[in-house]
Amino acid sequence: MGTNIFSGTAGAIDTAWHPPGSGPAPAVSVRDVTKSFVSGDSRTVALDGVTVDVMPGEMTLLVGPSGCGKTTLISIIAGLLNPTAGEVEVLGQRLDRMSGSQLVRFRARQIGFVFQQYNLLPALTAAENVSIPLILLGTPRRIALQRSNELLAAMGLADRIHARPNQLSGGQQQRVAIARALVHSPRLLVCDEPTAALDANSGQTVLQLLARVAVQPDRAVIVVTHDNRIFRYGQRIITMNDGRIESVSGLQVTNSLR
Amino acid sequence: MNRIAVQMLTGDSVKYTGLIFGIAFATLLMTQQISIFVGIMGRTASQVADFRDSDLWVMDNRTRFIDEAPVIPDSDLQRIRGVTGVEWAVPLHNSQVAARLPDGNYRALILLGLDDATLVGAPEKMVAGMQGDLRQPDAVIIDKAGYEYMWPGQPFELGKELEINDHRARLVGICEASQPFTTLPILYTRFSTALSFNQQKRSAMNFVLAKAATGVPVEEVCRRISAETGLLALSNRDFFWKTISYFLSSTGIPVNFGITIMLGFIVGAAITGQTFYLFTIENLKQFGALKAMGVTNGGILRMIMLQALIVGLIGYGIGIGLTAAFFRATSNITHLAGLYMNPWAAGGVAVAVLLIILATSVLASLKVLFLEPAMVFRG
Repeated sequence: MGTNIFSGTAGAIDTAWHPPGSGPAPAVSVRDVTKSFVSGDSRTVALDGVTVDVMPGEMTLLVGPSGCGKTTLISIIAGLLNPTAGEVEVLGQRLDRMSGSQLVRFRARQIGFVFQQYNLLPALTAAENVSIPLILLGTPRRIALQRSNELLAAMGLADRIHARPNQLSGGQQQRVAIARALVHSPRLLVCDEPTAALDANSGQTVLQLLARVAVQPDRAVIVVTHDNRIFRYGQRIITMNDGRIESVSGLQVTNSLR
Repeated sequence: MNRIAVQMLTGDSVKYTGLIFGIAFATLLMTQQISIFVGIMGRTASQVADFRDSDLWVMDNRTRFIDEAPVIPDSDLQRIRGVTGVEWAVPLHNSQVAARLPDGNYRALILLGLDDATLVGAPEKMVAGMQGDLRQPDAVIIDKAGYEYMWPGQPFELGKELEINDHRARLVGICEASQPFTTLPILYTRFSTALSFNQQKRSAMNFVLAKAATGVPVEEVCRRISAETGLLALSNRDFFWKTISYFLSSTGIPVNFGITIMLGFIVGAAITGQTFYLFTIENLKQFGALKAMGVTNGGILRMIMLQALIVGLIGYGIGIGLTAAFFRATSNITHLAGLYMNPWAAGGVAVAVLLIILATSVLASLKVLFLEPAMVFRG
C-alpha cells in the first residue's frame, strides 16, 4: 500500500515540540471556559476558567482525580456539551458559532471517539462496527468495509474482522474501537479512559497502538486517563484539579513510541 | 444506517422474537375476536338476510328482533296487499318448536312457515331434494347444519321423520342456510303445515313479506304501509340492522367481545411496548455513541421507526396468517361454519398495530432523543 491508512491528510506538518506562541496553530484552543451544572437549588462548577491548548501531532494526556472536570472538558472539546462561558476553537472552528447540525457534521467528519466501555454495537461484526463513521459520511458500504478490513488488519485483527464484540477480548474490542475512531481519518481523536477496563498488558498494548497509529502530524489526540503507567506515552500532560488546570507539562517527543 | 438499524434489531434474537410475538399475538387475538364478533352479530340477523325474494318486512310495532315477533291478524295481510306500491305480500310464520326424534330425544328447532301458494322464502341452495317437495303433506326441509346436529355422523338421507307436537314431519329436502344466532336447526315448511305443527287454529302469522312495485322506492312503500296499517314496515336492510342493534344493545355480547379485543390490544401493546422500550434502553449507550459520532436525532428516529415498522409488519403478517389458518381449520366445523376473517377487522387491526408500534417507537425514541451524547463518556 502506498498510502498511510492511519492518516487522512498527512502532510509536511511540524511535529516537534514548540514553546507556546512559536509553533503551529493549536488543534484545540480552550479559552477561559467555565461549565456549571444546576440541579434544583444547587449549582456545581465543573470547569472554572479553563484555558488550554492541544497541539496537533501530539498525544495529550488529561489527568487528575475523579470529579476534577476531565470528562466535562473533553465533552466540551468534542462538541458534546456547551460551555457556560468561554470560547472553544477546534481545528480552527469556533464551536459556539456552529448550528446544531453543523456541529453534528463537524463531529462526524473531524472527530474520532474512543470510549472507556468501547460502545461497539453488539449485533455488528468488528468490520461493520469500524465502518460506521465512513457510512455516516456517505461512503458506500462495500468500500467502507474494505477500508475497515484493511485498518483492522493493520491493527493485528485480520482474523477477527467477522467476529462480533462478544467474541472478542476486552483488548481486542478496544482495538476495534480505536479502528472505528480512526477509519475516517479524523483530525482530533478523543479517548476517554481507553485502558480503564483492560488488564495491564492489554492496556499497554492499546496505548502502544494508539501512540503508533493515532498520533499523526495533522492529528491531535487527547486521552483522559487515571492510569499513570501510560503517562510515558503522552507528549504533554495536562493535570486538572477541582475544575482548573493545575499544570501542563511537556515531554520531549520520543520517536520510538510512534 | 438502515442496515445497521436492522442488524441491531435482529442481533438480539430473543428480544426480536419477543417483539414479533407480541405483535403477532395481539393481531391474532384482535382479528380473530373481531371477526367472530362480526360473524355472530351477522348470525343474529342471518335469517333476515336469507330472504332475498322480498323487499320488505311488515310486523307488529313491538317487534325488536326476528325471533320475538308477536302474531299479527290474518286480516292485516289483505290490508297490506291493498297499499299502493305493494306488488305482492305473503305471510311468514317464525317460531321455535321442540321436535321428537325416533330415538326419543327432543331437539329445539326454528320453524319457518312459508306461503303455501308461492313458497316465497324457500331456501335457494338445496343439498338434497327440491324446494317444490315442500308441497307434499307434512313436508319439511332442514338446513345442512341442522341435519348434522339432529343426526350426527349420518349421511344425508331424505324421508326421515320427526314428531312436532304430535304431528308427523317428513324430511323432503336438505338445504344450505346461514347459521342462526341460536345455532338451532332451521325447519322450512308451508305456512299451513306450520300452523298444524303449532296446533293453532287461528293465525300464526308473525311477518308479512312484501315486494315493492317497480319504480316505487322500498322506503316509500314501508312508510305507506305503516301509515295505513299501523304496523311496522322495514326494508330488508333496516330490519337486518334493527335485529343486530337489538343484540348489540340488549345483550352482553359486545361488552364481552369488546373486553377480549381490548385485552388483546393492551396485552399486545404491553408486550411490544415494554420489550421495545427495554430494547432501546439497553442500546442507549450504543445510540449515545452513534450520536457522539455524528448521527443526528432525525437519523436515530428513523432507525427506531424502521425497527418498529419491521417488527410491526412481520408480527402483523404472522398474526393475520395465524388468524386465517384458524378460520381455515374451523371452516369444516358445522357450528363455526360461516365465520371468516373479516377484511374490515384485518384492516382495523392493522391500524391498531400501527398505533401500537408508533406509540412504542415514540416512547422509546424520547429517551434517545433527549439523551445527552456526553453521557457516553460516563463509564
